[in-house]
Amino acid sequence: MYVAVKGGERAIENAHAWLAEERRGDTSVAELAVAQIREQLSLAVNRVMAEGSLYDPDLAALAIKQARGDLIEAIFLIRAYRTTLPRFGATNPVETGKMACDRRISATFKDAPGGQVLGPTFDYTHRLLDFKLTAEGEVPEAPTAEPRHEPTPHITEFLQGEDIIQREPESEATPGDLTRQPMSYPSGRDIRLQSLTRGDEGFVLGLAYSTQRGYARNHAFVGELRIGTVAVEMEIPELGFAIEIGEVELTECETVNQFAGSKTEPPQFTRGYGLVFGQTERKAISMALVDRALRWRELGEDDLGAAAQDEEFVLSHSDNIQATGFLEHIKLPHYVDFQSELELVRKLRREAGVEEVREAAE
Amino acid sequence: MSVSLNRAYGGGFADPAVDSARAFRAAMNVMAKPGEIRDLDSAQPPAPLSAAAGTLLLTLCDPETGVYLAGACDTPELRGWLAFHTGAPVVAAAEADFAVGTWAELMPLDPYRIGTSEYPDRSATLIVEMDALEQAGATLRGPGIKDSATLSLPDAAALAGNAMLYPLGLDFFFTCGGKVAALPRSTAISEG
Amino acid sequence: MAIQKKNGTEAEIETETGAETGAGQQARRGWMSLLARAPETLLLALWSGYGASPSFDWLRRPETGAVMVRGRMGGTGAPFNLGEMTVTRCALTLQDGTVGHGYVQGRSKARAEAAALIDALMQTGAASAVRRAILDPLAEAMATTREDRAARAAATKVDFFTLVRGEDG
Repeated sequence: MYVAVKGGERAIENAHAWLAEERRGDTSVAELAVAQIREQLSLAVNRVMAEGSLYDPDLAALAIKQARGDLIEAIFLIRAYRTTLPRFGATNPVETGKMACDRRISATFKDAPGGQVLGPTFDYTHRLLDFKLTAEGEVPEAPTAEPRHEPTPHITEFLQGEDIIQREPESEATPGDLTRQPMSYPSGRDIRLQSLTRGDEGFVLGLAYSTQRGYARNHAFVGELRIGTVAVEMEIPELGFAIEIGEVELTECETVNQFAGSKTEPPQFTRGYGLVFGQTERKAISMALVDRALRWRELGEDDLGAAAQDEEFVLSHSDNIQATGFLEHIKLPHYVDFQSELELVRKLRREAGVEEVREAAE
Repeated sequence: MSVSLNRAYGGGFADPAVDSARAFRAAMNVMAKPGEIRDLDSAQPPAPLSAAAGTLLLTLCDPETGVYLAGACDTPELRGWLAFHTGAPVVAAAEADFAVGTWAELMPLDPYRIGTSEYPDRSATLIVEMDALEQAGATLRGPGIKDSATLSLPDAAALAGNAMLYPLGLDFFFTCGGKVAALPRSTAISEG
Repeated sequence: MAIQKKNGTEAEIETETGAETGAGQQARRGWMSLLARAPETLLLALWSGYGASPSFDWLRRPETGAVMVRGRMGGTGAPFNLGEMTVTRCALTLQDGTVGHGYVQGRSKARAEAAALIDALMQTGAASAVRRAILDPLAEAMATTREDRAARAAATKVDFFTLVRGEDG
């Protein structure tokens, strides 16, 4: 039962004032500019854009500042903001084959056309704290080489030539949108991918890891991981043709998975797919693994009862704003609820013959 | 700087936020009180559309709502106007969220979506252009009506048939010049 | 566009006809796409440097909204919704009836207005001057940024051949 009570306005106002002060921290230390967050904490900005489901680096940086670095709180701010925007339409699907790649690696083909391009990766760093960063200093300019101009082909294209990997059915069907229609199960792969790309990185990572450890049998290779920018093109109704309305940085991961065949499908490689806003490769790889695990039904595989195969479980729990909203609401006043439970427990104790003791709380 | 009156680009809301909020309130009120007639004329659409029908389209449509332009309404001018101001795609009757035209042009009712038992709201709303709109004719009873109301309906029998589908069915706006009235599927109709 | 041709003013009929032909449409698509992605500071600097302040009427005042960005399953398959991005748009008409549209990424209304004015001027006799003063330098600067990134990426390309022979070791 919910009963409205009033009170606490002054306490709340003062809490907000103190929050603002704490956000600023020690005023003898220079204040962070939003542009500094955007430029120097760009991977946090990318995560907020991906899970906030709104590509706007300046807004994500502002949200991080406002949330004092609590990324889920920042994502919450972005989700709330995006509901205030009118939607002008939907873009044509981005062409990741035309991506201007900052990074492009394959774990399956050493000599892939376009090469193995490491990009600005943490992979080969020693994970030793660099105390030089505690002092300000100039960064030496990164070396350059003759740039590649032609598009970098997708690795899976080579396997497709032999029909040794499952083909992606071509379609121009309008995809479902979980921000517009309520979820219903079983859902399509379009809804699953939308849910995963905006899902909580930690949750999706945990599920992906569980598939690697054997909870849903699918042995994945990273066929390709690429990070870079793609143009975003949209049909403009009043013009009658499409223009590029911007460009976004994306991380794309395609996994190649062993598949011995099933009652309905021949032995071949199957695919998992991850596509996420920003430079977010841990998330994109995780997304691809979970996408593949969720495809058991269409491939005629067995349901092994693994969490990552359970579409309803995955999709209902991947959204960190839904999760934190429900989780954190239990800290808000439930005085009346609890009062009735208190009465009930006392009554049960009396009935069970337990001696009445004075309740310290009363 | 004034808003231009170029046909495809002009004729929209002078102040979109305020005008669309007012128009939405009027649309909501007539739907909540079947038989009531209100003014609705803040948009000036290209001919042959009435100001009331044009205002409804600008208020209710966006790129995610399909609009069926019935009969004489389907002109290049109107398509251009709708595209610029709402971005709404023009679709066939069977896919429409909104349909606009005279009663004769909109007929028959069969192709329009009436919703599903899980989602009765996934149905079409018809905007019927009328030669006259007055509180006379068929008798209306039901939610939002104290005792009874009267409204000049184009075809009371067909509309009574639609009401029988409740909770499924179509909803209607009736427009004439700068006036609007409405008939939701929840209203019972008897010949006046 | 047939719609504007039928109902537009004389001046508009001429300009829209120019934009309607395949090549004209392709050119307009090109400059609108460039303007959509242009960095704000540079675009506004080039626009104010050009020094024109044509009078105009709004057809649609600048408004910020979102568009849903789509991807394809497996990169090539059926579309799915990836997430939204912010876009600001506006439309205006010059005194001679030329219509300019601005669609730019992000939330800057000043950028959208400049883009719409440039789009309009590109359909008038001022086109070649605008191209020289604004579009060309813009395209060049954006290409340089892109080349710089591509050159850095190229320097991180792994050369397995060298590693295997171990010439340096």
